[in-house]
Amino acid sequence: MDIAGINLVTLIASLMVAAVPILLAAIGELVVEKSGVLNLGVEGMMIMGAIGGFMVAVATGSPLMGFIGGAIGGAVLSLFFAVLTLGFLANQVATGLALTMFGLGLSSLMGQGYNGVKPPPTGALFGPLGDIPVIGPILLGHDWMVYFSILIVAVVWWVLRYTRTGLIIRAVGESHDAAHALGYNVARIRLLCIMFGGAMAGLGGAYVSLVRVPQWVDGITAGAGWIALAIVVFASWKPWRVLLGAYLFGGITVLQLRLQAAGSSIPVEYLSMAPYLITILVLVIMSSGRSKAALNAPAALGQNFHASR
Amino acid sequence: MLRLEKRPIPSRFWLYATPVVAVILTMIFGGLLFAAMGVNPFAVIKTIFWDPLFGEFAFYLRGQLLVKAGPLILIAIGLSLGFRAGIWNIGAEGQYIMGAIFGAAVGLAFYPTENRLIFPLMVIAGAFGGWVWAMIPAILKTRFNTNEILVSLMLVYVAQTILAKASTGFLKNPEGMGFPGSRNFSSFPAAANPELIAGSGLHWGGVTAVLVALAAWVLLSRHIIGFQIRLTGQAPRAARFAGVAPKRLVVLCMGLSGALAGLAGLFEVTGPAGQISIDFNVGYGFTAIIVAFLGRLNPIGIVLAGILMALTYVGGEMASTNLGLPSAAIQVFQGMLLFFLLAVDVFTNYRVRFGRVEVA
Amino acid sequence: MSSPSLCLELTGITKRFPGVLANDNVGFSVRPGEVHALLGENGAGKSTLVKMIYGLVRPDSGQMRFNGAAYTPARPSDARTAGVAMVFQHFSLFEALNVAENVALGMENPPPLRELAARIRAVSEEYGLPLDPARMVGDLSAGERQRVEIIRCLLQDPKLLIMDEPTSVLTPQEVEILFRTLRQLSAEGTAILYISHKLDEIRSLCDGATILRRGKVVATCVPKEKTSRELAEMMVGATLNPPERRPGEKGEVVLGVTDLSVASPIPFGTSLKEVTFTVARGEVLGIAGVAGNGQDELLLALSGELRVAPDKLRIKGHAAGDLGPNERRRTGLVAAPEDRYGHAAAPDMTLVENAFLTGAIRKGLTRHGFIDWAGAKAYAEQVIRDYDVRTPGSYVAARALSGGNLQKFLIGRELDQSPEIIVINQPTWGVDAAAAAAIRQAILNRAAEGAGVVVISQDLDELLEISDSFAVLNAGRLTKPRPVEGLTIDQIGLMMGGAHGMEVAHHGH
Repeated sequence: MDIAGINLVTLIASLMVAAVPILLAAIGELVVEKSGVLNLGVEGMMIMGAIGGFMVAVATGSPLMGFIGGAIGGAVLSLFFAVLTLGFLANQVATGLALTMFGLGLSSLMGQGYNGVKPPPTGALFGPLGDIPVIGPILLGHDWMVYFSILIVAVVWWVLRYTRTGLIIRAVGESHDAAHALGYNVARIRLLCIMFGGAMAGLGGAYVSLVRVPQWVDGITAGAGWIALAIVVFASWKPWRVLLGAYLFGGITVLQLRLQAAGSSIPVEYLSMAPYLITILVLVIMSSGRSKAALNAPAALGQNFHASR
Repeated sequence: MLRLEKRPIPSRFWLYATPVVAVILTMIFGGLLFAAMGVNPFAVIKTIFWDPLFGEFAFYLRGQLLVKAGPLILIAIGLSLGFRAGIWNIGAEGQYIMGAIFGAAVGLAFYPTENRLIFPLMVIAGAFGGWVWAMIPAILKTRFNTNEILVSLMLVYVAQTILAKASTGFLKNPEGMGFPGSRNFSSFPAAANPELIAGSGLHWGGVTAVLVALAAWVLLSRHIIGFQIRLTGQAPRAARFAGVAPKRLVVLCMGLSGALAGLAGLFEVTGPAGQISIDFNVGYGFTAIIVAFLGRLNPIGIVLAGILMALTYVGGEMASTNLGLPSAAIQVFQGMLLFFLLAVDVFTNYRVRFGRVEVA
Repeated sequence: MSSPSLCLELTGITKRFPGVLANDNVGFSVRPGEVHALLGENGAGKSTLVKMIYGLVRPDSGQMRFNGAAYTPARPSDARTAGVAMVFQHFSLFEALNVAENVALGMENPPPLRELAARIRAVSEEYGLPLDPARMVGDLSAGERQRVEIIRCLLQDPKLLIMDEPTSVLTPQEVEILFRTLRQLSAEGTAILYISHKLDEIRSLCDGATILRRGKVVATCVPKEKTSRELAEMMVGATLNPPERRPGEKGEVVLGVTDLSVASPIPFGTSLKEVTFTVARGEVLGIAGVAGNGQDELLLALSGELRVAPDKLRIKGHAAGDLGPNERRRTGLVAAPEDRYGHAAAPDMTLVENAFLTGAIRKGLTRHGFIDWAGAKAYAEQVIRDYDVRTPGSYVAARALSGGNLQKFLIGRELDQSPEIIVINQPTWGVDAAAAAAIRQAILNRAAEGAGVVVISQDLDELLEISDSFAVLNAGRLTKPRPVEGLTIDQIGLMMGGAHGMEVAHHGH
């Protein structure tokens, strides 16, 4: 099971962990984009979740409270975006960028004094079952957030596909004018989607600071939010493909770290730029097959809605 | 209930009032934030906005303003052209780094030759480096319809890795006793970008910024390319109807903004920064996005916005040393400014009415 | 005082929008089973009125009663619950969703999708409106899309059905089918509020009519007892003169299109297939067809926004298919697209900038790439003068103008460039009658001066009035152009390809 000095079972097990933050952030952004809103502030919401979750977890000593705090942190920041784009009709691209810059600054301000602090540990869900060979580490050895993130993907898929709520979200993202004419409250539906996206990004951020790293450093999310945005495009707005994309990306991240650790002959710099280059490559491949993938994009994506007469 | 009503004609008053109102709101809410942190808000606001211009050390700090404003203006002008056309280059930070690396590499290749042509050559190389780095998202967008926002941003991270490699590897000072970082340009006159008037803070970057702002103003108001840029941003289908080739415009706008960011990087690394080091870049490429919006994507506005933003940097450092204000607070302050600007902007195109909600 | 024998009763309805009194003390009533027409020009206040009945807009004052009870819908779902259903003119379908999903979105308590699909099939058969619930709405023809809307309404057993300009997107045969359905509904006791400005339809279908002009009720009548001319004069408030034609002789061919096939650049658009026609100097070629049959694509291909193989399109005998919009302007071809806000004009730019937008080439408004703004301003003001555009000045944003005035400006902008070939899509769409007449006259004048003209329109009356030859665009194919003289409405109907998708097997693109 070893390839180039890397154990395949531990690789898979650790990629599932590495993928959790971007998976959560991306599935949240998918819902946001399905409702016709492009929120480029994922990075900012993630890092607010990271610091919010970290502070709550340290204060309460409970990782669960920490994750809840992280989700709230992300959702609160997303509220700024919602107010600006839905209320003040601000440009979504510019507002998203502002959200990221603001979030990076605010998290760093809030995080002062937390450097070097250890958060309470998040344990494996099934305890000793994780020691079973092969399937143990891959299927049973994880903390509860790994399973929860997969569950969220399933729920989002089911809601979008089979429920009236999902139908309304898709309709609003397809044509806000038509949805408005039928009497749906476009702004309220989008507000809820934006806040869901914020909460998911915050949850993902909290996972970074509470489990992945686990400690607080400035700029801890290191571009994960942007990669989550890319994964939504990669997935052509389909929930299960978000899972696939996040795991692929998690795999690349883990692999390059392991190769670095294993003393690979490829220079460290090239390995550490690999995730970003591969993201670009994937984006190119996805967008050049323009027919299907492009049609799947919500038609009203990025456009603001103002009910005229 | 409040509701918005679209104005038949954009309001001239609000067009100019928006940045002013946004700055005032930022001062108020930023002040509240500083107060919450236990710092005297009035002292902070005075330190940031007054002291660098008129305070005790203004003779030195005014120069620092130009040092900081130069690259911000240069980058923001380039970005504003693209933003106006709906082309979102947000990877200026990467283009800035690559411009610095290209330009510095060309200069260092001639070390220690003294020749007047070396610096101009480096300027060209710097612009070229930024241009090349911006051409990647531009060409991917025109050829494969790839999102330029994500690609240009990913390339920032790649550029940062290359910068790390440059300062510890291929551009490392061979006489640096193993410390990372390139040779310092202050000891290589042919390749340096010193102050043009001692103590003024003005170097070639500042001069270029002013010239570029003027050129951009002429381009946007008088030239057909400027018209095409504005038209494409406002009504893309009308632009095609008017014969604009959208792909050419993407290449042009991305290329221009990349080249200008590259220039800014080159001027910075040969002047104020002095050498290629792993962290010579301080996020001008990102702050310039705020500058571009704060200046209403208008060249003259951007010059003013660049100086204002430089104030928050210079004053922020002062506040940090004198009043113990964390430097992150300044970042929050800048982010807030952009928020308020975007919010107040609504009044340019909409009027607020008091009345019943029109639509449930 | 209310009478239960009335389905809908409106009294004293007033609604003011900034700068416009949309409805001024409007009152009328509809009995159960009555087909009642709301007749008026564009901008007469019909749409605002029905939006109030449907709960999208609230009146400033006045009362509505529905089935004898006070009726104040705060939102469309209130209206639907009360038994009011509405078929919209635009904006209420979702192209990327399928028929069943679209229907479900317009219902209060839709059954599960599978059950809903069965009910859609049942209702569509009952009323002779075949529709496949699983198809994507984006792939449907305009007539089929309207069926989606109608069925969405019928599934809720409405007591009042509002139809906003339903026939503007239908072929003559499809109109017949629609009328059969509506008569069947009315016989079952459903009241129908029918909004239109097409007089013949109203005379053949409606039991009563309320005529609106500038937001006020100007008359109530039984349309069958009036002539179309009488109705028209009540609606417009003046006598209208049909455009003058000076029959000029046809000159040499200036525009020739041969075997033009090109894929649509628009999502869910219609590709052009083997389109062939010629236009000579002095000739007006009218191209009819129901919306979405390739009109937009044809305009793009003719204006140069969509490039084709060089020899597919010849301008004055020279291969020109690969020329872009500005190169074609240089050869003498001008074009006016349908969509005023965002295609023909940049809504947020001033009239001067919009005049420059297409006038730059033929009016010589640039020098070495630098713009002659004084020249552009002079040109904008010339157009404003020549075409009687009502505007405070040339500095205002295009979107500040009313639809009719902006259209006069945009058509004038093209016609004042001394063009040799003119291509116009929907010259008078959404324009009031007086402005429409002025636009048609201007087009005819240019033809009389020797320009070759292509007019694409969905308004058959307009085409028959101004064209010399007539062709129909149907699913991206163009019929062979025929002289207008001697054409009968039946022949036109046949050219338009009858009703779409009436045979179940017929689902071509």
